[in-house]
Amino acid sequence: MLIRSPADILPSEITAPDVYRARRRFIAQAGGLALATALPAGHAHAALGPLVASPLSTAEGQTSRKAVTTYNNFYELGTDKSDPAENTHRLKPAPWQLRIEGLVNKPRTFGIEEILKLAPLEERIYRMRCVEGWSMVIPWVGIPLATLLKQADPQGSAKYVEFVSHYDKTTMTRGVLDWPYTEGLRLDEARHPLTLLAVGLYGDVLPVQNGAPVRLVVPWKYGFKSGKSIVAIRLLEKQPVTAWMKAGPSEYGFYSNVNPDVDHPRWSQATERRIGEFTKRKTLMYNGYADQVAAMYSGMDLRRFF
Amino acid sequence: MTPSSPQLSAIKSALFLVCLIPAFLLWRGFELDTLGANPIETITRSLGEWTLRFLLITLTVTPLRKYTGWHWLIRLRRMLGLFTFAYGVSHLLTYVWLDQFFDWEAIARDIIKRPFITVGFAALMLMLPLAVTSSNYAIRKLGGRRWQSLHRAIYPIAILGCVHFWWLVKKDVTWPLVYTVITVALLGIRAWWREQERRKQLAGGYLPKPKFEGKVIKIFAK
Repeated sequence: MLIRSPADILPSEITAPDVYRARRRFIAQAGGLALATALPAGHAHAALGPLVASPLSTAEGQTSRKAVTTYNNFYELGTDKSDPAENTHRLKPAPWQLRIEGLVNKPRTFGIEEILKLAPLEERIYRMRCVEGWSMVIPWVGIPLATLLKQADPQGSAKYVEFVSHYDKTTMTRGVLDWPYTEGLRLDEARHPLTLLAVGLYGDVLPVQNGAPVRLVVPWKYGFKSGKSIVAIRLLEKQPVTAWMKAGPSEYGFYSNVNPDVDHPRWSQATERRIGEFTKRKTLMYNGYADQVAAMYSGMDLRRFF
Repeated sequence: MTPSSPQLSAIKSALFLVCLIPAFLLWRGFELDTLGANPIETITRSLGEWTLRFLLITLTVTPLRKYTGWHWLIRLRRMLGLFTFAYGVSHLLTYVWLDQFFDWEAIARDIIKRPFITVGFAALMLMLPLAVTSSNYAIRKLGGRRWQSLHRAIYPIAILGCVHFWWLVKKDVTWPLVYTVITVALLGIRAWWREQERRKQLAGGYLPKPKFEGKVIKIFAK
């Protein structure tokens, strides 16, 4: 006769693997998004509500959150599209400070929590067109960059704005580009109502791989113009030389407006693949934002100023 | 060690199945939706990389044979070469079908205007006569010597393949560099053998004994 001795641990006391994995995931996310602690109480789960809807949003079908958060170009965290989502530990999004300097009357440093309080957070659903020929529709959360710039009171001589991304050589990719990553806009482009300082995505705090905790979104330009994880905004008199311009002056211009008629030297820009779709679609001038932005470039030779 | 005829047949069958694994994994990944957010790009790039890998494996046969003395290895070379071609054709097909969706005008423009596509297309076109003349019949018809010099086109094809990869990459050239180093090593070793032969010839004043020539013909002829 078999006499069973009672087990040391009752089966009912063992946590099911999917439960403890979910728990671990939650803890990891909470740690990674320590930014949540800077948010008002009640938002600790990293959601950024309530959000103001924007008339600038597109009604097009949104790209899945999974695709938006696993298919990224963020070379500091790795050069493969899947790398950034796997290397989120390489960037600590909190605490975070963003300084505005250069030709401004009130240079100052903002903590991320101050930026969140500058203006009501808006949801902006924008098309995003990558220079590599693919596109997405992303529901960003943020405030107009113009709101932040106003705080620093740019001087009359300021004509350009440079954006500097965070770089830490002890944890991030070395080589490939001349770090830190820098991008730039003309001041009127930076002040354009479409230009967004994004702090979130799909209603939640910005994931690390998408440029946490604060990034730029310039929807009528190729994606690389929208710098991620920004630590400094510098107002300048002369046009800055951006990281990609240094890497390939003939391939990446300062303007980099989406333009189906001006090809990248190595590939056509006439069409794009919307992530999740099978066939390609035609690329639109200024990524479909011509009505809002074309006036800024009237009279310019767009082949020369590509 | 030389495998017996049935053993060699078994080795060939096994190799055939092994060569199909990358294609099978891609197909399965597509079915299970595990190829990431842009599966078409993943398939196209992966088939392209496998083309280059098979090409380099094919080029490894001769040095391996020379240094190990396993002359039977050469009997696997044709299959490896044909797999290189098959992966190359699939790579082109994914571009024509999945990427451009039979937009012939856009494809023609790409081949003419985009240097990296021009080079890749040229490499595949150069592979075509090699694939066509891979049968025993073609070898007999051409004669070993002519067949061999035609098939030396694989060297420029390998270089074009590396250039194609190099020009496609936006900035991080780590992998193109790895493939280029291997290609240079595999071609370099052949140049070095040739130089050795030439020196021997000069020093000894005798005609070099054709080491492989007879064998190459014998191996392929039934």
